[in-house]
Amino acid sequence: MSAHPLPSHESASETHHAHSHGHGAGHGSLKSYLIGFVLAAILTAIPFWLVMDGVLDSKLATAVLVMGIGAVQIVVHMVYFLHMNPRSEGGWTLMALIFTLVIVGIALAGSLWVMHHLNTNMMPMTQDMMKNMP
Amino acid sequence: MSETQVKENQAPQFYLTEDHHPENSTMLGFWLYLMSDCLIFAVLFATHGVLGRNYAAGPSPADLFDLKIVALNTAMLLFSSITYGFAMLQMERNARMETLFWLGVTGVFGAVFLALELYEFYHLILEGAGPTRSAFLSSFFTLVGTHGLHVTFGMIWLVTLMVQVKKHGLITENRRRLMCLSMFWHFLDVIWIGVFSFVYLLGALV
Repeated sequence: MSAHPLPSHESASETHHAHSHGHGAGHGSLKSYLIGFVLAAILTAIPFWLVMDGVLDSKLATAVLVMGIGAVQIVVHMVYFLHMNPRSEGGWTLMALIFTLVIVGIALAGSLWVMHHLNTNMMPMTQDMMKNMP
Repeated sequence: MSETQVKENQAPQFYLTEDHHPENSTMLGFWLYLMSDCLIFAVLFATHGVLGRNYAAGPSPADLFDLKIVALNTAMLLFSSITYGFAMLQMERNARMETLFWLGVTGVFGAVFLALELYEFYHLILEGAGPTRSAFLSSFFTLVGTHGLHVTFGMIWLVTLMVQVKKHGLITENRRRLMCLSMFWHFLDVIWIGVFSFVYLLGALV
């Protein structure tokens, strides 16, 4: 234990930001890593619990919750483990991330949408056709 | 005239006196690489989203997936993420042995993750649910296998860096490399969130 009084939270975070200014991956502190870990552990446990114990009757609600909590956990990992912030590398990492998310959204939503419509517009298969399948 | 220049040049002069923080664009470049990697995974996720219900009269995810193993796998990857964070904190303190220790712990968790995944794949193939069984299993093996391959290369990178740190210490180059691997490792954990949510949990649900 040092004789110096511990800095308050505000001043500690201020010096941290000044310290990590301009870096691609800013540095975390023990505290930020532990906060991230606890949050990630909780956000992992909830969806597994929901599915494994079948807590909710509605499957749709469970699916929406699992994906929603997954999205929140991704943000937690980005902030606490990958140290994303709008200032790193002059904002270029965030710009690249947003660009990627747009492309990912187009690729995912577009694929699912187009293929779903292809499936529903397929001619329904009869038993006869099924038998003569190659 | 040229002689004097040569003589001046003979004495090597280094202006890179600041070795505490690498102030360059490597981190941004590596981030861009990770984003392009993210696109690869996005396409594989989309493929699985399209093909994930095409069982070809074969086994469905609910028949195949053992969620306890998946939960254990997820825990391993999460633990390895936090221990890599501890390694980075020790690196900032310039503590070489402690850094190596936490990198080693990270490697052990990564190895357990890979072992569990290989065990799962082995059992699936043994049960006749290999990648050739149905479109669902093809896309499943491609997506999860690509992630596993990334973790494998991350492990090779980790061991290589441990040797480098052991040999040369926490020099500027090794710090930069450790920071890149840190981003890579945490990024793989982010991708795994998508895998266990979308592939395993939603698959087992329907």
